[in-house]
Amino acid sequence: MQPLIRAFGKNSDMASVEFIPAQVRKEPGAARTFLRQLGKNRLGTLGAVLVLILLSSAVFAPLIITHDATRIMVGPRLADPSSEFWLGTDQLGRDTFSRMIMGGRIPLLVAFASLGSSLVVGLALGLIAGFGPRWLDNLLLFLFDTIRSFPGIIFALAVIALLGPSMSSVILVIAITSMPIYARVVRTQTQALRNSEFVAAERSMGAGTTRILVFHMLPNVIGPLLILVSMDVPAVIAVEAGLSFLGMGVRPPTPDWGAILNEGYSNIQQSAWLVIAGGIPIVMATLGFTFLGEALRDIFDPKLRKYL
Amino acid sequence: MTALLRVQDLRVRFPVVGSLMARLTGTKEPFIEAVCGVSFEIRKGETLAVVGESGSGKSTIARTLIGLKAAASGSIRFDGQEIGTLSVTERKPYLRRMAMMFQDPVGSLSPRLTVRSLLTEPFRIHGLKDRDADAEAARLLHMVGLPADFARRYPHQLSGGQARRVGVARALALNPDLIIADEPTAGLDVSVQGEVLNLLTRLQTELGIAILIITHNLNIVRHIADRTGIMYLGRFVEMGATDEIFRQPRHPYTEALLSANPNPDPDAVLNRIELKGEVPSVLNRPSGCEFHTRCQYAQEICRRVSPETTSNSVNPTHSFKCYFPLQLTLLSAFENRRLPAPGG
Amino acid sequence: MLLYLCKRLVLAVTISVTAVTLLFLMIHAVPGDIASILLGPRATPEMKAQLYQQMGLDKPLVVQLATFFGGLLHGDLGFDVFSQRPVADIVLEQLPYTLELILASILWAAAIAIPLGCYSAVRRNSAMDHIVGVMAVSTIAIPSFVMAVYALLIFAVSLRWLPAIGAGEGFADELIHLLLPSFAVGVGWVGYIARLLRASMLETLGENHIRTVRAFGVSEWRVITRYALPLAILPTVTILGVGIAWLLSAAVFVEVVFARPGIGALIVQAVNSRNYPIVMGTVLVTTFLIVIATTVSDLVNAALDPRIREEL
Repeated sequence: MQPLIRAFGKNSDMASVEFIPAQVRKEPGAARTFLRQLGKNRLGTLGAVLVLILLSSAVFAPLIITHDATRIMVGPRLADPSSEFWLGTDQLGRDTFSRMIMGGRIPLLVAFASLGSSLVVGLALGLIAGFGPRWLDNLLLFLFDTIRSFPGIIFALAVIALLGPSMSSVILVIAITSMPIYARVVRTQTQALRNSEFVAAERSMGAGTTRILVFHMLPNVIGPLLILVSMDVPAVIAVEAGLSFLGMGVRPPTPDWGAILNEGYSNIQQSAWLVIAGGIPIVMATLGFTFLGEALRDIFDPKLRKYL
Repeated sequence: MTALLRVQDLRVRFPVVGSLMARLTGTKEPFIEAVCGVSFEIRKGETLAVVGESGSGKSTIARTLIGLKAAASGSIRFDGQEIGTLSVTERKPYLRRMAMMFQDPVGSLSPRLTVRSLLTEPFRIHGLKDRDADAEAARLLHMVGLPADFARRYPHQLSGGQARRVGVARALALNPDLIIADEPTAGLDVSVQGEVLNLLTRLQTELGIAILIITHNLNIVRHIADRTGIMYLGRFVEMGATDEIFRQPRHPYTEALLSANPNPDPDAVLNRIELKGEVPSVLNRPSGCEFHTRCQYAQEICRRVSPETTSNSVNPTHSFKCYFPLQLTLLSAFENRRLPAPGG
Repeated sequence: MLLYLCKRLVLAVTISVTAVTLLFLMIHAVPGDIASILLGPRATPEMKAQLYQQMGLDKPLVVQLATFFGGLLHGDLGFDVFSQRPVADIVLEQLPYTLELILASILWAAAIAIPLGCYSAVRRNSAMDHIVGVMAVSTIAIPSFVMAVYALLIFAVSLRWLPAIGAGEGFADELIHLLLPSFAVGVGWVGYIARLLRASMLETLGENHIRTVRAFGVSEWRVITRYALPLAILPTVTILGVGIAWLLSAAVFVEVVFARPGIGALIVQAVNSRNYPIVMGTVLVTTFLIVIATTVSDLVNAALDPRIREEL
């Protein structure tokens, strides 16, 4: 984790270099240091636990569920919880508990896919903007600003109107709208680094632009970027659940938290259990990832705040 | 001996305003000349020091030689081949034979690479895959007197002196013919400065490398340079063998620089020449001899016409740019300290 | 400042133009035949041809774009073939409901956040201060529609204190119908605003003029409400501009949950019926809204802090 802290550390290097060498090899493993620091952060620990629960329940979902999540009429309609149906049943007589457990897979998958692709594109465009000629930089910045001026969920709805409601539309829309911020952060840091002496040194040895970008810029910008991305996970889960809630996400009968919440909303006068089964996991997921993301930022990169 | 590097009438410019703004506002000269018309040569195995105040363009010369900055005009010949006009890819083979050490010892090392990767980076850049990276790293570390286990460290775990040694080792990686050292002792403790300089001189005698050293520290120059060039506002005002320049400076600027250099001898008579005024901006160069604004000997002609480069009558390798050069001590017993202005 | 103002306005206009162009191209890149989507599978070729002509789809794309921009300048956002009314009328009819909701939620957020922020600034490290710290990151993370559904469940369905759906009629009724939806939107911002206010409050309370006022023996309550708060709240106001996009998104969901009319309800309905002109019109209007809000907030920020002017 030393290198991560050093992300912006060019200025501090001179001051601190003198005392480090003696203890270098006595340092405990990076993972252990990180865990100890996370343990000190109470909210961070809570977040990590929540995230761990959600991730493992999504991964092992088929082993946990008690009924087939999509089979209708395994029980009565809108039943209250019982020993057979732990969280009751929905309006089609499907087991709510099983649907809730299976419903976590889509949001996590969407978050992973959309943020992953947005990270890659944002990184590439940010590096190009920060390292390329001035006109290209201005053009890209302008593009980023334009995308950022699109009105969030309303823009997402418009794209879905065009492409039709599906999981891939949701992934695409989230990837497009979250990219500009990543690209901007990468650009700012690349620009700060491009005039540093080590880049001049690499050039003086004959290194090409691609080599400098991939081997020397990338390792320096990826750390803060990953933290930013991790902090966006709750927002993505919220958007995915929201679109499913509006019926614009995954298609039925695929179980999904947002869809369960919507079914609960439609039947809110009869039973509150569906609303609880759909809403609580969303709250757990968004809070869990938020707390974890904040803790990650505080541990690795307290300076990141100013880039937002 | 033939020249390894011959630079003739090199000019380097920096844009002051954008080209569009320049056209809009009708600025005639949207550039400043950081280096204007510099000529010098370095022979194999020789050390040339370029000395000057900050902003005199000495670092720009280094950066232009290595290809980080394009020359506006002039010629750079390396081993007889013109390299100033080469494209990046065409220049690459020559970059194998020249290496540059940058001012900031830690900052010039890519922060996420281990020392081992840093040292073997030149091999990878130039596609020399057959070399054994671990062995090469160990060999280079040994050459600069660092223990082999330093290969695992990261730049931020090195002290300034250690980082500088790694920089020297990296410069040596490809057995270059020429090392360009930009302020090789900047930011180092005095004791470490000495170690680095000794290291450089030792390696030079062992490996026969030519060194272009860029510095404002006259003690370093005296310590290691064979020849010295004094820069002022992007031009050489005096150049010659180091001994001679230190013993017999001809240009008033050199005289002032030397007098400003602290002398460790406690009995020495402190005869310091104070330079008046600030260094003029390259944006607004003085007319005539550019040093006249600060020169205590300046006369009317200095304000109007720029002096030509003149050679010493006794020693043609010692050249200077002044109408009224300081007298050689041999003659000064008979004449005035100042020569009369030629033709006027 | 004047230079910054000009530059910022030029930027805003160019961003709007680019955004409109992108959206226009996006709509026209839609796979499939717009006319058959709009008219349904039973449309005759004549009907399609007539619609094409009516919407100007038979002309080259550049001409269409130019016509579209020409229309925009006159406030013409196109024509809705379903209701046979101009899109602009439909969107502008719904806009007040959404703006009303956003305004009410800002009031809700302020009403809760200002006392909280002041309290946690004055009683630093108290239990309340820690709670505000946690709320700052958590309330904004919980999606507004979850808040809305739970608010609906608790206050409307279980307790039956407040009406569940619709916008109400008449001023008082409308206000009552606004309470719950705006709470659901506004509560997300409570923690965030409280945290910001706390920070700027701490800064203000440390300043010399506040110390002078205290030295005059003015009561602590008066010091905070009359002297410190008006200054401390200034930086908070400027985040409204940046937050408008968030508020709009939240409003979309909340409008659907509470079956309120508004931009959100309009676009969801339009998306469901694939009514592209309405979708386009809604996105355009909200985009303009966001560009205007961010521009204004940037200008206000620049007026408050001269350093920002250098950056553009």
